Amino acid sequence: MTALLELDGVRKWFGGLHAVDDVSFAVERGEILGLIGPNGAGKTTLFNLINGVYTPDAGRIVFDGTDIAGEKPYRIARHGLARAHQIVQPLANMTVLENCMVGACFGRENLPLARAHEAALEAIAIAGLEDRRATLAMHLTIAAKKRLELARALAGRPWLLLLDEVLAGLNPTEVEHMIGIIGRIRARGVTILMIEHLMQAIMSLSDRIVVLDFGEKLAEGLPSEVSRDPLVIEAYLGDPKLAAELQRGS
Amino acid sequence: MPDALLQVEALEAGYGEVQVLWGVSLNAGSGQLTAIVGANGAGKTTMLRAIAGTIAPWRGRVTFQGKDVTRLPTNVKSARGFALVPEGRQLFSAMTVDENLELGAFSKRAARNYSQRLDQAFSVFPRLAERRRQIAGTLSGGEQQMLALARGLMSDPEILIIDEMSLGLAPVLVCQLFMTLKTLKEAGLTILLVEQNVHLALAVSDYAYVLAEGRVFTEGLPAVLAAKPEIRRAYLGM
Repeated sequence: MTALLELDGVRKWFGGLHAVDDVSFAVERGEILGLIGPNGAGKTTLFNLINGVYTPDAGRIVFDGTDIAGEKPYRIARHGLARAHQIVQPLANMTVLENCMVGACFGRENLPLARAHEAALEAIAIAGLEDRRATLAMHLTIAAKKRLELARALAGRPWLLLLDEVLAGLNPTEVEHMIGIIGRIRARGVTILMIEHLMQAIMSLSDRIVVLDFGEKLAEGLPSEVSRDPLVIEAYLGDPKLAAELQRGS
Repeated sequence: MPDALLQVEALEAGYGEVQVLWGVSLNAGSGQLTAIVGANGAGKTTMLRAIAGTIAPWRGRVTFQGKDVTRLPTNVKSARGFALVPEGRQLFSAMTVDENLELGAFSKRAARNYSQRLDQAFSVFPRLAERRRQIAGTLSGGEQQMLALARGLMSDPEILIIDEMSLGLAPVLVCQLFMTLKTLKEAGLTILLVEQNVHLALAVSDYAYVLAEGRVFTEGLPAVLAAKPEIRRAYLGM
């Protein structure tokens, strides 16, 4: 069985800034792969390359056997690759149900309205938004908006879900709730690639972790391996040489 | 620990609907250098903003010299002796070095002994004395950071609150700046510092707080913290 998503030598430069530089890794079917790295490491840029917001300067992005690098986002959504964004922007004047139906209509299966309705209801149930079904998106709390963002992506019945900081800004109870939702999505066989700054959460949710730093892949492995990797620790805690120099100087 | 010049109790703050700080308490001891470290998104900058008053705290209390200053506007805080050196320096980049320093001494408190303060700023940063008429935006990154610190000093602060001064600077400059902070502290200034590089923060501080996910994950004397696995856990989750 081949990997669901394979990145091979993917590169995106913005002028002199090497936002993503020769990154290769694979997302296996059914797994949760966590993507971590300090600010500016290139995580969101990588998501933008995977779902077609940007075209890579080099490299291949193979999804379910097809090279999708450079395809338009709406085409990539049709392949079964959905994304929940960090900054949620629901269709404010539409209800939760309608938002999810839009997700279903433009998702993998190109559903007619009646079937989109079904898919939307299913996604709403998974995200625990049943009681808000008829609420206008603009009237939701931030936590509910984040769940709607996930439900909208899920309504397209994707094979692969990209989650960009879906836990950010939630209180501890809401975080627990969202972790439960992610677990339920994974139990349905959806593969997940997620970016998250809440380290405890991502380390416990993920089967494997890829660490980016300055646009390059710094490490890849089990959560317990990467969290003890000296290169990773230095990327997060900073270079120890400076402090040593400072103490010598004083 | 000596008397706390600044006390923060159960501070909560955020932006719009998004809460970033979930009840953070910390003290900055008089004449000490207190460091706040933590991964991206831990709430370090938000903490400094809520203390300095550039954003309004949602809940909690900030006490300075024994008085509640939680809701005071920034200009009043500045007049009481708060100075914030923001991340990214935020200089008046079309103005000269001199003009930036003059604006640093905008409050009545600072205007009192202006020339004396200016001399002091130049003695701390002789490089700036050589560049008084230069437009701030044309200074090197290190010089700009010096100017941002000097501008903070011009306000005659009781406490200097510094956000990420090492970002993007060459190591030798970073060392120089941190040596300067030590000197300032030894002269009696209270400093509250946010720093990305944990090792640096622990090397210069008298006490340190580790933030994670908008809370104090752990705190203590630098030497004690450096020996514990908590910091790695705060940054890497396990």
